Amino acid sequence: MPAPTDAHFRYVLRLADSALILGHRLSEWSGRAPTLEEDIALCNISLDLIGQARSLYAHAAELEGKGRSEDDLAFLRDADEYLNLQIVERPNKDFAVTMARQLAYATFAELAWGALKASKDEVIAGVAAKAEKECAYHVRHAAEWVIRLGDGTAESHSRMQAGLDDIWMYTGELFEVDAVDEAMIAAGIGIDPRDLQAAWTAAMDEVVAEATLTKPTAGWMQTGGRRGLHTEHLGHLLAQMQVLQRVHPGAQW
Amino acid sequence: MTPAATAPGADAGSDLLARARAALEAVTDPELPFLTIADMGILRAVRETADGVIEVDITPTYSGCPATDMIRLDVEVALAKAGIARTAVRNVLLPAWTTDWLSADARAKLLANGIAPPVKPSGKRALFASEAVTCPHCGGHDTERVSEFGSTACKAQYRCSSCREPFEYFKCI
Repeated sequence: MPAPTDAHFRYVLRLADSALILGHRLSEWSGRAPTLEEDIALCNISLDLIGQARSLYAHAAELEGKGRSEDDLAFLRDADEYLNLQIVERPNKDFAVTMARQLAYATFAELAWGALKASKDEVIAGVAAKAEKECAYHVRHAAEWVIRLGDGTAESHSRMQAGLDDIWMYTGELFEVDAVDEAMIAAGIGIDPRDLQAAWTAAMDEVVAEATLTKPTAGWMQTGGRRGLHTEHLGHLLAQMQVLQRVHPGAQW
Repeated sequence: MTPAATAPGADAGSDLLARARAALEAVTDPELPFLTIADMGILRAVRETADGVIEVDITPTYSGCPATDMIRLDVEVALAKAGIARTAVRNVLLPAWTTDWLSADARAKLLANGIAPPVKPSGKRALFASEAVTCPHCGGHDTERVSEFGSTACKAQYRCSSCREPFEYFKCI
């Protein structure tokens, strides 16, 4: 069992890292999305996620008490120190893959933030109250696209199905519980994600059915992101995201 | 005005607070300059501490709203211009901002500036429900959503099928 303060720090860092990495991933669509409205939508969603991450990083830095700032945590850690879920670091690939990832993650995040509103950690509860409402919009956005593409042309249907298949093995990690979670659940700070799985599955099933898609069969599930084990894609993302602070330490504007 | 200029016997503390409140009334939202941060419900509290520091609580509308830092700066500048040097601006997250906090005056100003105000109380939304938004230009009810995300985090893009004008909608959250 990790020390209580270390578990708390890691718990907040995991929440922050998942929000930041997905926020950065979505920002890669900026200027490249299929339509202007979609460009704006994905940037707005990205901004919500980066905003959620900022409050959490500032809090994590305080909990750690080693003088690191929110920027230090975001820009000066390497991939093996990042504790985000692997699903959020997956490459955007085509728009359908991005929407499948959005649907799976945002549906989970809305439920998780909803439950975290009752956290005894006031910062987590505060971020959660706002993030739950923001994620409700993210879910609706993704669901509409998954349905439009799934129940669209033969081409859009097959690509949407491929998108869902692409991300499915990364959805198991959403519901994992380890010693850090157990310590935080016991302290009333964290939640048990297994309690959310039935609601997540029902919400995904509803959209998948409406979209005339086939839910992938649950096979091998990837794991490890929350322990610092990542796919090769995270390092490339960090290289781009961190380059300025690495080359010009402490740069501000 | 310095504390020394206050008349003897006057309540210097409440005077300082009154000046701070007056200064803050003029601070507007950088994205919606016809609305004050009080209209918006962003300004949550103004206090004077026992040792004479003016504390201001502000809350962000959305987690990542880029205007939040600007508003914080505008609050500090407004207080400094009013001659109030000792200030502390706090960013509070709880309770979370909601469009329910927009004043009636704010809603009228939004409409007058071509932005449809939020149509209903915030709350859990149905996955595929769509809101009936009235066109702020012609008052028509036959409108359609172009995108749920717009020029700022708080607005969606709509189009009126009656007058054919595009408009922005301040979305419920």
